[in-house]
Amino acid sequence: MSRLNAYALTWRLPIIIWQILFFLGPLLFMIAMSFFLVKNYRMIEAFEFKNWDKMLSRGYVWDSYWLTLGMAALSTAIASLVAFPAAFFLAFKSSENLRRWAIFLLIIPFFTSYLVRTFSWYVILAESGVINALIGNIGLGPYTMLNTKFGTIVGYLTLTLPLVVILQTVSLANVDKTLIQAAQNLGCSPWRTIRAVIIPAAKAGLIVAALFCFILSFGDFVAPYYLGGSKPPTLPILIIDTTKSGQQWPRAAVVAVMMMVTLFTIAFASIILAYRKRASK
Amino acid sequence: MKTTPKKLLTPSRRTLLKTGAAVALSAPFVSRAWAATTEINMLAWYGHGEPDIVGEFEEANNVKFKPKYYAGGDNMLALIAQSPPGTYDVILSDGEFVQQLNAAGYIEPLEAADYPFDDMLHEDFTKFPGHWDGDTLYSMMVRCGHLGVSYNTNAVSAEEAESYECFWKPELEGKVGHFDWHLPSLGMISLLNGNGAGLWDLDDDAWEAVQEKTMTLRPQVGGFFDYGGTFNSLKNGEMQAMCGIGDWITGVLEKDGAPVASVVPKQGGIQWTESYCIGKDTEKADIVKKFIQYMLSPEGQVKSAKMAAYPGFAITKAGRAALIDADPKEAIRTGQIDKMTNDPITLIKEGRIHYRDIPKQQDLEDWNDFWSEYKNA
Repeated sequence: MSRLNAYALTWRLPIIIWQILFFLGPLLFMIAMSFFLVKNYRMIEAFEFKNWDKMLSRGYVWDSYWLTLGMAALSTAIASLVAFPAAFFLAFKSSENLRRWAIFLLIIPFFTSYLVRTFSWYVILAESGVINALIGNIGLGPYTMLNTKFGTIVGYLTLTLPLVVILQTVSLANVDKTLIQAAQNLGCSPWRTIRAVIIPAAKAGLIVAALFCFILSFGDFVAPYYLGGSKPPTLPILIIDTTKSGQQWPRAAVVAVMMMVTLFTIAFASIILAYRKRASK
Repeated sequence: MKTTPKKLLTPSRRTLLKTGAAVALSAPFVSRAWAATTEINMLAWYGHGEPDIVGEFEEANNVKFKPKYYAGGDNMLALIAQSPPGTYDVILSDGEFVQQLNAAGYIEPLEAADYPFDDMLHEDFTKFPGHWDGDTLYSMMVRCGHLGVSYNTNAVSAEEAESYECFWKPELEGKVGHFDWHLPSLGMISLLNGNGAGLWDLDDDAWEAVQEKTMTLRPQVGGFFDYGGTFNSLKNGEMQAMCGIGDWITGVLEKDGAPVASVVPKQGGIQWTESYCIGKDTEKADIVKKFIQYMLSPEGQVKSAKMAAYPGFAITKAGRAALIDADPKEAIRTGQIDKMTNDPITLIKEGRIHYRDIPKQQDLEDWNDFWSEYKNA
């Protein structure tokens, strides 16, 4: 038995060491750093609450916080809703071959840098861009889409939508088909089948997909900066601003800890929600 | 007719081993020859370590620049503060940060006689603020540029651009961009508020007035951008006026045919200044000195004025003459010809240009705090 444990531990050890070195260690250091001070552009080790006082008492920090939270939630809702019909089709209506191709095509965007994909939206969303040129032909526009919240959401979806579709597809494809047939045999309408059978059965995967979308959107710097015009700034932009001026890494660490706490809370709540019923069975 | 020896075409195992061993043994000599190239660690704004600037110097002196780029004086100071002494051999600093580099002991003194002080286009350049400590020179100015009103010529007339008030033009609502750095933008509003030469030396009332005036611009603002964002938004017409920049960005676009321009308005403009320093404890001071001399030579000044990343003004008379010879079109475009009305030296002499500085009565942190509030408003 002890030999088996040693064997298992050998395989588990790399990931444990990795997480301690590159996640837990830096996380603890970041928390400690939020109490440090900066003098002459150098961080001084200290245990002072000045940075916390300063950042938590600033209205613009909270404005950025609620904005970031709201935008990430909106991105998650839109991505989940938009992805579902596509994932449903791929999981239940398409051939195995088509599903494989679709997933392959959904992975392709990740071959290109996210920054490049974001900049390519300039050509499409600009007032002199493709969309405004097209709708201009029918006498509409031009509409301002860049440097707006709409632009930010487009950027978030560029990052997250393919991933959400893939995760939802995998999750839906694993739903036991006999349950669906049973529901249909018992007279369930297609909509009720989705609502009462498919969604509950695929709940964990759907929630994990939404959670990934929220995490990526919440921490994204590129979309709100380049497509949203940093107007107003989200928390990742606030971190950059804080480090740029006076090299206030400790204050940036305060914002980062606020973000981490938020993400931990939401992630734990989501996981509980995703697995609660299954665990009680 | 010569024939290839059969031995080479079909080598025996022994020949192959001998050849292999010879190649392996000669490898250290090859690598030693490569190592003879001196690496120069450079800390600078983007573009200064690129081939269009340093390529010929590298070739002529068997050196290789290893640039580390920063964005903003704060960032530069932090990078030096966090590195061991001697990490950077040559440091390009914004003029207003040289004093802090010197105070922190990050740079070596320079020998003034090594540089062409008798050839400067303006006497201010010989005793640039903060570059000297008593009679000791610490940094050598190499180029500069002016910040003012940058605009799309289809949306703002040249007449309107003569005042910072054009940013409030109703037709520009949502079309005014900011370069995302508080110093130049707030400096411009300070000039608009009539603070003139005292634009950085604001008492509480004047600072309050600058904040109030800046806040009234917020509804006009379409975004806050870094270099790339500023460049793109002006290029695609998304932003039609830009606060906080000058020809260093619009110049690149203008040369590309975009309908943009930058002018120094009647309230005055702000000068950015870039200067070279020799890093403390470097072992390559001699070659770095040679490089700074090269950048101040007519050839170097032309390269600097036409830098691909962002153009600047020549600061020596010989440099300006060489630019006029090499690229008269660019010299005319940037007013670098004596007696042109927009000649940067004339503007300085007329008192319309103020050297960028840091706030005198507030901390940088106060300005940054306000900037964050402004962005969130």
